[in-house]
Amino acid sequence: MKGLPPVLITAIVLVAGFALCAVQFPNIASTRVVGNLLTDNAFLGIVATGMTFVIISGGIDLSVGSVIGFTTVFVALAIERWGVPPLVAFVAVLALSAAFGAAMGAVIHVFDLPPFIVTLAGMFLARGASFLLSTESVPITAPVYSTVSDFALRLPGGGRLTAIAIIMLLIVIGGALLLHLTRFGANVYALGGSRATASLMGVAVGKMTVKIYMLSSFLAGIAGIVFSFYTSAGYSLSAVGVELDTIAAVVIGGTLLTGGQGSVIGTFLGVLIQGLIQTYINFDGTLSSWWTKIATGVLLFAFIALQQALVAVARRPVARSAGAAS
Amino acid sequence: MTALLPRRGLAQILALIVILAVDRVVSPQFFDLRLQDGRLFGSLIDVLNRGTPVALLSLGMVLVIATRGIDLSVGAVMAISGAIAASLADSHGLAVVLAAALGAGLLCGLWNGFLVSVLGMQPIVATLILMVAGRGIAQLITEGRIVTFTSPDLVWLGNGAVLGLPVPVAIALGMLILTGAVVRGSALGLLIEATGGNARASELAGVGTRAMILAVYVWCGVCAALAGVIAAADIMGADANNAGLWLELDAILAVVIGGTSLFGGRFSLILAVLGALIIQTMNTGILLSGYPPEFNLLVKAVVVLAVLLLQSPKLPGLAGIAARLRRAKA
Repeated sequence: MKGLPPVLITAIVLVAGFALCAVQFPNIASTRVVGNLLTDNAFLGIVATGMTFVIISGGIDLSVGSVIGFTTVFVALAIERWGVPPLVAFVAVLALSAAFGAAMGAVIHVFDLPPFIVTLAGMFLARGASFLLSTESVPITAPVYSTVSDFALRLPGGGRLTAIAIIMLLIVIGGALLLHLTRFGANVYALGGSRATASLMGVAVGKMTVKIYMLSSFLAGIAGIVFSFYTSAGYSLSAVGVELDTIAAVVIGGTLLTGGQGSVIGTFLGVLIQGLIQTYINFDGTLSSWWTKIATGVLLFAFIALQQALVAVARRPVARSAGAAS
Repeated sequence: MTALLPRRGLAQILALIVILAVDRVVSPQFFDLRLQDGRLFGSLIDVLNRGTPVALLSLGMVLVIATRGIDLSVGAVMAISGAIAASLADSHGLAVVLAAALGAGLLCGLWNGFLVSVLGMQPIVATLILMVAGRGIAQLITEGRIVTFTSPDLVWLGNGAVLGLPVPVAIALGMLILTGAVVRGSALGLLIEATGGNARASELAGVGTRAMILAVYVWCGVCAALAGVIAAADIMGADANNAGLWLELDAILAVVIGGTSLFGGRFSLILAVLGALIIQTMNTGILLSGYPPEFNLLVKAVVVLAVLLLQSPKLPGLAGIAARLRRAKA
């Protein structure tokens, strides 16, 4: 289990950070705050789960923020203007986003182009398409929305575990099972380790690439639906820059951007750490919002430097024993 | 100049001509130029002027990409240098303002270069750190406000004219010539390409790959800082939230449209700048056509895909198509 130590470190940082925050503001250690933390970061957790697969496979997906934006606008217009039942709208938008991801994966594989640029074009395309649908914020008034928003499991201590938080937790668990227990998951790691080796070992590289980007866009679509529940509106400018928060969460969670290593649980912890920083700044009240960005940057640096050191330590004994053998 | 313009620029030049022709169709006055108060005006000049920030960014970015790297932080560096320039402009002379702003860019580049070349981090993560934190630092400098200034010296940098050309365009041209002279007038360009082609082999062959990598990130930071000062001078203020926002993507796009592979190993300065102009010509054309700016991103996505597919190793490029046409005729 090579992926374990970085995840443990992320977990320790999260617990220590939470403890520090709780010492300064005792109210943070309540189910109410934790429940809100999960609700506020539900869409980020979902989209980061998909991004984890992409990054472990050695790719990157810059289009997820735009797909979220497109989904919210599409769902809002379908329900409010075109009179489509919400469930049909959800299925349609999920099919659309999955097809979009599959197309990006196909272009990456068939034309042998860097994922960075292909998904960048996808980012422009999806954002452009949502501008085309509507540039205004469209409020959603369908009864499903108020039902879902009102639904929550009561936690001891007055906290609320909302429906969107539950959806996020289920997807994180499902994602972790898919990545760690199935052949599909094993193939994702194999691709990230080495494309050529994976191909020689019988992994259908092309099919896998298409499926991985399809999964990422599909989850971005779900994140978009969740985001529309969260804001009760569709807006073409929503979730701008979310792809960076997502990548940051994945990296803080201990996944290597070179691919081949990482875990969904780590990503989930990374999302919570980002949420915790935001919560701390809200509690403090005197800190300005830019400190969130600076703190995230510092944390990113700390984690990457730590990983770098871990990789160096892990390599050293191997080199020494190889030298001894010769 | 022949060293700056290799034969492989054909696709880009054709693309620019096609887009210019489309612009001419949607806006008949597109090529009109007139001289007023010692400065040229017209859509073409407008394209050059507005394309300046991305062109400057792409000058640094193309060298970074040639070493197989990438710099995501240039937009944030623009915001930092713009914020510094705007805060100092009314209390200090132009020399101090420029030195402080460009010095900040140099430091940012040094930080990125240190992470990549000394700590051995992956460029995309290493520069992500400054991309996230940099905008926060810029907001810290301006304290979250939009800082405005009236210093005529700095305003001149954004709105003045030299020999009829807007100052930003003259600066970008000067930087292109300077960068070209330094990297192509010496072996530096070759060493940078060698580093990107195969860092280990180059290291063994005696190329100071670490120094090369450090140098290109520093240069990229300085170019970004210059772009940030010009952007601030243009609007006579610094908006830490929006200055240079997403321009790193445009700069990377310009480099890729210019035919430089993201896998490093070779580069062309002049084609990267051409790429920046293609993007701007497209933007201006859409504005002039009267279509809603919403189309902008869609058209951009389609053009990017088209240029990418033309360069794809799996597709016969322009040369292949031309050869086949010739064969068909014969």
